[in-house]
Amino acid sequence: MSAALEVRGITKRFPGVLANDNISLTLEKGQVLGLLGENGAGKSTLMNMIYGLYKPDAGEILVNGQAVEISGPKDAISLGIGMVHQHFQLVDVLSVTENVMLGNERTRGPFLRRSLARREIEALSREYGLDVNPDALVRDLPVGVQQRVEIIKALYRQADILILDEPTAVLTPQEARGLFKIMRALLDRGVSIIFISHKLKEVLEICDQVVVLRRGKVAGTADPRQSTEQSLASLMVGRDVILEVDKDSATPGDEILGVFDLHVHDDRGLPAVEGLNFGLRRGEILGVAGVQGNGQTELVDALTGMRAVDSGRIVIKGQDMTSASPRQITERGVGHVPEDRQRDGLVASFTVMHNLVLSTYYRSDFCDWIVVDDRAIATNAHELVERYDVRPPIINNAAGGLSGGNQQKVIIAREFSRDVDLLIASQPTRGLDVGSIEFIHRQIIRMRDAGAAILLVSSELEEVLSLADRVAVMFEGHIIDILPIAEADRDTVGLRMAGITETAQPA
Amino acid sequence: MSAAKSKSTRPRVKITRRRIIAAALLLLGIFIWLEATQLDPGLVTTLTFESTSLGETPTVGVLPLPTSAYLLMVGALFIVSGGINLLELAGRWRRVSLGLLVLCGALFIPTIIIAAAAGNDTNVTTIVAESLRLATPLAIGAFAGIWCERAGVVNIAIEGMMLFAACFGFVTLFFLRGTDLPLETAQLLAVVIGLLSGGLIALLHGWLSITFRTDQIVSGTVINILAVGITSFVRREYLLSTEAGAAKLGNISLPILSDIPIIGEAIFTNQPIFFMMFVMLAFTHLVMFHTRWGLRTRAVGEHPHAADTLGINVNRTRWINVFVSGMIAGLAGAWFSLEATGSFNDGMTRGAGFIALAAMIFGKWTPLGAFGAALLFGFSDSLGIRLQMVGVGFPVQFLQMVPYAVTLVVLAGFIGRASPPKAVGQPYVKE
Repeated sequence: MSAALEVRGITKRFPGVLANDNISLTLEKGQVLGLLGENGAGKSTLMNMIYGLYKPDAGEILVNGQAVEISGPKDAISLGIGMVHQHFQLVDVLSVTENVMLGNERTRGPFLRRSLARREIEALSREYGLDVNPDALVRDLPVGVQQRVEIIKALYRQADILILDEPTAVLTPQEARGLFKIMRALLDRGVSIIFISHKLKEVLEICDQVVVLRRGKVAGTADPRQSTEQSLASLMVGRDVILEVDKDSATPGDEILGVFDLHVHDDRGLPAVEGLNFGLRRGEILGVAGVQGNGQTELVDALTGMRAVDSGRIVIKGQDMTSASPRQITERGVGHVPEDRQRDGLVASFTVMHNLVLSTYYRSDFCDWIVVDDRAIATNAHELVERYDVRPPIINNAAGGLSGGNQQKVIIAREFSRDVDLLIASQPTRGLDVGSIEFIHRQIIRMRDAGAAILLVSSELEEVLSLADRVAVMFEGHIIDILPIAEADRDTVGLRMAGITETAQPA
Repeated sequence: MSAAKSKSTRPRVKITRRRIIAAALLLLGIFIWLEATQLDPGLVTTLTFESTSLGETPTVGVLPLPTSAYLLMVGALFIVSGGINLLELAGRWRRVSLGLLVLCGALFIPTIIIAAAAGNDTNVTTIVAESLRLATPLAIGAFAGIWCERAGVVNIAIEGMMLFAACFGFVTLFFLRGTDLPLETAQLLAVVIGLLSGGLIALLHGWLSITFRTDQIVSGTVINILAVGITSFVRREYLLSTEAGAAKLGNISLPILSDIPIIGEAIFTNQPIFFMMFVMLAFTHLVMFHTRWGLRTRAVGEHPHAADTLGINVNRTRWINVFVSGMIAGLAGAWFSLEATGSFNDGMTRGAGFIALAAMIFGKWTPLGAFGAALLFGFSDSLGIRLQMVGVGFPVQFLQMVPYAVTLVVLAGFIGRASPPKAVGQPYVKE
């Protein structure tokens, strides 16, 4: 029996970069092929060629044993290839039905037959347990459901080869488990899947075969039954990686941050944070766990002065900072690693060196009355780029051109190099590869040990559990529970994240 | 911690949409009240409902209203409902206060008419018909904008496209007059040439902004400037030396509809582009929301990359939409020279293209909304014309301003932020 999909000697060159260098891999029918690699290893480039978005410079693609020419997504779709992109390709003002039928519409005369598509979506939704309302607007759906809409889009086009590009990067552990269930249902019906991920545990769990890419080349293949996270990580990065975070227990000092009965509303004006109370001390990391959209974003916005507080108080180092401006809060010794690094963390079109002084450019170190001192800024940048290992270390590059991991390193360098007593880090390692994650985790521990208080907000439960000294779980705008790390295991915190506490326990 | 808790809650009055409207209503009510007390209590506004403005046919309905008393009443109503809504009551009272708000909204335009015609007769039918007539180029222009912007291309060149169409449509008619073509055929050809010249200019817009990825605002501005120059050149060269006037497009009576009493004659016996406004309204709505093309257009305007991954040719979709947009703008342009005046003057579109654009935005990029906004602007225009004919006790400029002010309040209060198609103005570059 021929393989569902085979790639032979694919090479793709972009100006100045060899993105894919003679890559070959095989996807067997009804199996899951895991594709691992650091950011920029060439995974997405390869997949975009299979989906017809790029044209390979050399090499061939075989579908069901036949050499095929894929010159656009249309060809890929007609060959039965479906792709769920890392950034969802959904039109968020349209309904689920409209998104699914787009490009493949059934009509009667000139008019759309929405009801036909709706029925088909309902049927697919039932068959694979996708649970999607065809009439909902995409923008009203949570990320996990949007992903299922993408899967329906592929199935509606009769895809039997499905490419999932980092599907779990945006999901909670629970949602990821749901996705795996769906993937298994798809496999049972003969669909073959390429699964791209950073997360080694997931790759080991779901894949039948693993191909590891490094710098555009196949670094090796592995059988998940005979591999460990450690061995895959080394293959990916090309050196040994320390996966466990190594840290001593915390020695908390005086209270740096106090939050009292805080109420904040979201962009739609609905209450998002409802009566939070907590304190954070010097030398400890408070991890905030929770499914995304339970008020974490609004809490961080309020603490950093980016969102108005409805009521309640925020006290930083003994001073009320409830309605202070972001500048006043920064000046109070607060560092902020924002959730959306491209939107709130960097000015993408500015150079690395200017991004490194976004929160300090006005100080006398970098500014002489009204004239900005570019020489001092450059000196500062050279030093930080080296210390925080930003690659490439060219300070005049536009920050937007760096890879995600290096963009995050620029932000970390800027925020950590200031005199910071309180660090608020929101999703600090989202979408980063193991090498960068390791680096950033070490930096956070270093800050804690230097005596800073750290609020770590993350939807990666693993990250919270491995870094935090105490874990606060947020659910629907409330902190359901704050657990010392010794009592916070995966299951306990997971239940809290779903809003479940042991009510039977006496107070 | 509990001590801090009790200190922390400070009551705040939230500024909501409803409160903004309520405050505006309250101020307006006070203003109306004050103005009404200045009026002679004996003044009477007579609303008539006649089938034509010529007064040859008998009056069908007459409604005399004591102006001052009516205004005092409306002013009081505005003040009361403004006040109630400021309080933002909950429960059963919420529905009552919202009902009052809607009532006040419905009374706006009648009140303007009554106040404007204080002490006079005013023919309501004529005002309605005239508003619709003056709304024609604005509504059609707004539809042109929708076609373009829904596909993700900004079109501020509607004004220029209209002017080109007005000019070349009229030039066509002017030269065909010398031949032995029947007038109707010549006029039809003129309108068609108008459409095509609008479409042709749109192709220039497409060429600049889609193929060369010029900034779409710059491209549009270039076209607007070009239109003023070229059309006035054409007029000076070919039209000025002669008696440049031609017959306007003739009236058509729709069967059955034009026999409806009161409004039938005034609305359903009308000129062809006027009727085309309704055709284009239905056409644009159906295409945009119920056909394959419309779905793809909207996808391309919102998220072109998503459309691309589904095998939709983004730039081809945009090209076609821009061309159709230009032809529709051409129809609006033909209204000025062929339907409204039967002549061509320099800059005769007088910014209608920009007002059409405003109508499109006020209508949130939907055909029905844009049509409503165009009607409001048409009403404001017709009010201005009527106020110049009858002497009124109110400052004319103020009354003319009211519909626009109402639009602003309604936008700020009820509708909220208008969100354009997300990819509008961004050229699509395939990776």
